[in-house]
Amino acid sequence: MSKRIRLVVLVMFALSALALLPAAQAQDDVFRVAAVAPSATNDLAFSQSMFDALTLIDEEMGDAFEFTFQEGTFIVDDAAVALREWAASGEYDLVIAHGSQYGAIIEELAPEFPDVSFAWGTDVNTFGLDNVYAYTAASDQGGYINGYVAAMLSESGNIGVVGPIEVGDAKLYVDGFKTGAVAANADVAVNVTYIQSFSDVPLATEAANAFVANGADILTGSAQMVVGPIAVANENGLKWFGTQSSQAELSEEAGVLFQVYRWDVVLMDIIAKIGEGTLGGESYVLTLENGGLEMVLSEAVAAEDAEQIQEWVDMLSEGIIAGETMTLPEAEA
Amino acid sequence: MIESILAPSVFASAIRLATPYVFASVGEMFGQRSGVLNLGVDGIMLMGAFFSYYVALLTGNLLLALLAAVLVGALMGLAMAFISVTLKAEQGISGIGVYLFGLGMSELLFQKLVGTPRSVDGFPRVAIPILSDIQFLSLGEIFFNHNLLVYVAFALIPIAAFILNRTPFGLMIRAVGQHPEAADAMGVSVVRVRYITVIIGGILAGVAGASLSTALLKVFQQNLTSGLGFIAVALVYFGRWRPFGVLAGALLFSFVNALQLQISALGIDVPSEFAVMAPYVITIIALVFASKQTEKPTALTKPFDRGG
Amino acid sequence: MVSTTTRAFLDRLFNAVPLLIAVIAALVVASFLLAALNADIATAYGAMFQGAFGTVNATAETLVKAIPILFVAIGICVAFRGNVVNIGGEGQMIFGALAGVAVTLWIGESLGVLVVPLALIAGFVAGGFFGGLAGYLKAFFNVNEILSTIMLNQVAVQIMNYLLNGPLLDPAVAGSNNIPKTARIAEIAELPRLVFGLPGMSEPLFDRTRLHYGFVIAVVLAIVIYILLWRTAIGYRIRAVGYNERASRYAGIKVGRQMVLAMFLAGGCAGLAGVVQILGLQYRLQTDGSPAGFTGGAGFNGIVAALFGGLNPFGAIPASIFFGGLLVGAQNMQRAVGIPAALVTTINGLIVVFVVSSQIFTQVRNRRRAKLPSQPERVEARATTAETPS
Repeated sequence: MSKRIRLVVLVMFALSALALLPAAQAQDDVFRVAAVAPSATNDLAFSQSMFDALTLIDEEMGDAFEFTFQEGTFIVDDAAVALREWAASGEYDLVIAHGSQYGAIIEELAPEFPDVSFAWGTDVNTFGLDNVYAYTAASDQGGYINGYVAAMLSESGNIGVVGPIEVGDAKLYVDGFKTGAVAANADVAVNVTYIQSFSDVPLATEAANAFVANGADILTGSAQMVVGPIAVANENGLKWFGTQSSQAELSEEAGVLFQVYRWDVVLMDIIAKIGEGTLGGESYVLTLENGGLEMVLSEAVAAEDAEQIQEWVDMLSEGIIAGETMTLPEAEA
Repeated sequence: MIESILAPSVFASAIRLATPYVFASVGEMFGQRSGVLNLGVDGIMLMGAFFSYYVALLTGNLLLALLAAVLVGALMGLAMAFISVTLKAEQGISGIGVYLFGLGMSELLFQKLVGTPRSVDGFPRVAIPILSDIQFLSLGEIFFNHNLLVYVAFALIPIAAFILNRTPFGLMIRAVGQHPEAADAMGVSVVRVRYITVIIGGILAGVAGASLSTALLKVFQQNLTSGLGFIAVALVYFGRWRPFGVLAGALLFSFVNALQLQISALGIDVPSEFAVMAPYVITIIALVFASKQTEKPTALTKPFDRGG
Repeated sequence: MVSTTTRAFLDRLFNAVPLLIAVIAALVVASFLLAALNADIATAYGAMFQGAFGTVNATAETLVKAIPILFVAIGICVAFRGNVVNIGGEGQMIFGALAGVAVTLWIGESLGVLVVPLALIAGFVAGGFFGGLAGYLKAFFNVNEILSTIMLNQVAVQIMNYLLNGPLLDPAVAGSNNIPKTARIAEIAELPRLVFGLPGMSEPLFDRTRLHYGFVIAVVLAIVIYILLWRTAIGYRIRAVGYNERASRYAGIKVGRQMVLAMFLAGGCAGLAGVVQILGLQYRLQTDGSPAGFTGGAGFNGIVAALFGGLNPFGAIPASIFFGGLLVGAQNMQRAVGIPAALVTTINGLIVVFVVSSQIFTQVRNRRRAKLPSQPERVEARATTAETPS
């Protein structure tokens, strides 16, 4: 065989090897993200917090950023299909699985596609894989502030919490809320109903009504079914404290303080890391310190109260950031 | 302790919770009595819930909102009747199809027309004069201090019983569900009766949805009913196709639910999984003890074929 | 003269025509919705087909989706033939999965590959028990099975939530606020991926896809249940009760026992669906609090597939694959043209409604042809016209 033929064969091999590399990646300067989330992008809660973050980044980065979002994928197997499809296509710089139920999928999928970067949450576990980022929120911090302020504002000393399932960021929020409330006023009663569902609005509403009937003057809760309890708070003149996304628009009368997840803080960092060639291996926590948790005051609050509440928020944030305030009961912290 | 668990507010809460079931179950009962099983109740409820919510949001007119629920319920009922009576489709499946359609369509319209959940000024609480002041056993608070649709739901029970048992139309419904051939021979149009009952069922399912979105919850969200319509179908079986039986089932189920919510509202530590499970378990157990021979409409789920 | 088998085949083929027209009609109606959302219709439906059967991987995903639907559908054939309406597939799947994963974790690697059949048996028995309970309540306490199965679905979910957050919680994540889930099963308990070589093909089929041996198990189960229903005395009794309860009682058949048995078998099949999802696909059980998060709605879709398949286990196979393709394809359409998930649900509803409505045309054809059938054939004819026993 002549040298020339050998050369041609070699070049062809090299070319075909190139073709096998993830195709579109690094072909242009556009950073492409694909994300899957369990509920709708307008749920005022968990899924919306991620959709809002991606929309924000999209506005900031303009043409250099594109994202595709598959919502309402509460069936875990359907998410598996989508994630695999995106990973295999090679078109995406980052694939996000936004929901702790997707962890097992990422654990199986990521090793198969070592050139694709994955991010998932809320959790801290990267499974020891260097192409997986994990992200979570220290929602007990905002929970603590919400609980503290709520206890200070409560006249009846009775606060009701409507929670979904006793896990994840919902549990952290509730536990932080209780700790904060007790720190403000040891006599305040914080009662929690976990309704065992993220989406059952009728049941959540009646749980809120039960709190009202028993003398609660402040309500809070986590997950997308809180739209029901918010309406109860509006109607009965109670105060509402929220988490995950801002629910200020819906709780126009009742709203006081909202802990908002700013996933864009984490995502911007991940995007920068991927640009440097680091595909994963790190886990992020949204905190007050890194700006990932933001306390948003409702416009419904009267100006003089707003000043007082803002003062509390600033004071508590300082204590939490400095590590002086413990936001969870000792057994958990 | 027992006193605070069994507070009057718990009974009032049970009445509220029972309202959508009463509407939907009574409607479903009419259809089943004439021989048509409609498993799509939940989907129709969702459509009724969305349209009444949307109209209330746009116009602020509650009568129009209710009318919207009635109309969309009637239309979905008509569609269901066409599919299962005229086209003689297998009723279990067509119901699931109608459910999926309503589930998807209501959410789609909500996303496109409204976007993000907003509260709506719905049916206000109306304390009935004099009656709502009854102090004896807190009956006033329990029964006579609710929104308008709650009263309508409970008024519906005796009306439905009267129609079914004391009117010629009721007789026709029962005849068509029990012996369609005989009814047909007597000159009763099986098809027409079934169309009417299924449309009544659709209307009441639509109103059941409206009672959620514009009266009890005053808000809409995707899958607002969370499968409530399926429980409503189950309660028809609990009530053995009788209005007062259906009412008993709806009240029992709702009461246990209100009770478990009260227990956690009081801070009593019970594993929430078991608390949430309680209404379902107790409904089954109650039926075991109440067991007697059922008189199920013999033609239920069977399409009618003249001479076929 | 055409031979009878050819004629039977042609019959089936003609029966598929109205079905196809119905699907097309549903898609035409849905295209108005797509147009209203400014989605390109051709691209959308192209993506739907591509996502269902367009590539080897897509076909594999369709089959993966079809597996639990098929298991449930096979069980539904037994229940509906026995005149019991089983809407409890979701709960039975969950019970099967719970028992299966508990046994798998308990045995670990100690028994080698024996763990697989033991887990399957555990899943079958647990699902069967949960289904049989509804049958028992119907037969001996006169509790309608539609009511009890709807209610028991919720009970099963709450039991799962409790167990996964307690006794069955993965010790590795205990106390870490993780989503409730079990530990991962041992690798030896996994059902292997289904890859087979075909003559004339350089690469084996379904290589590097998620298709697993659960599909083979489901097809074997279809054969077993078919034989049971039509070739054994047990099946004959179940069908006799389904066909005419009163006559069966006069003939000395213990009617209550047949109902319990039919529900046990139906629940068992659904239980297998649950455990196979764990062993073949998910490798652990986890919950987001809702039944569909785990089952994917297979407990309901299985009913639809069984009835589309004429309440025949063999008919259930193509019906389940059709449904799997529909669900997987619609997801792909959602990704490709960026439509809301709600539209996918709407289109599914439309297809179900149109397909079930089209059955009248097959019925009319069959009836015109049917002469007076003999007794056992009548049971068949009745079922193939897709009429539920009430």
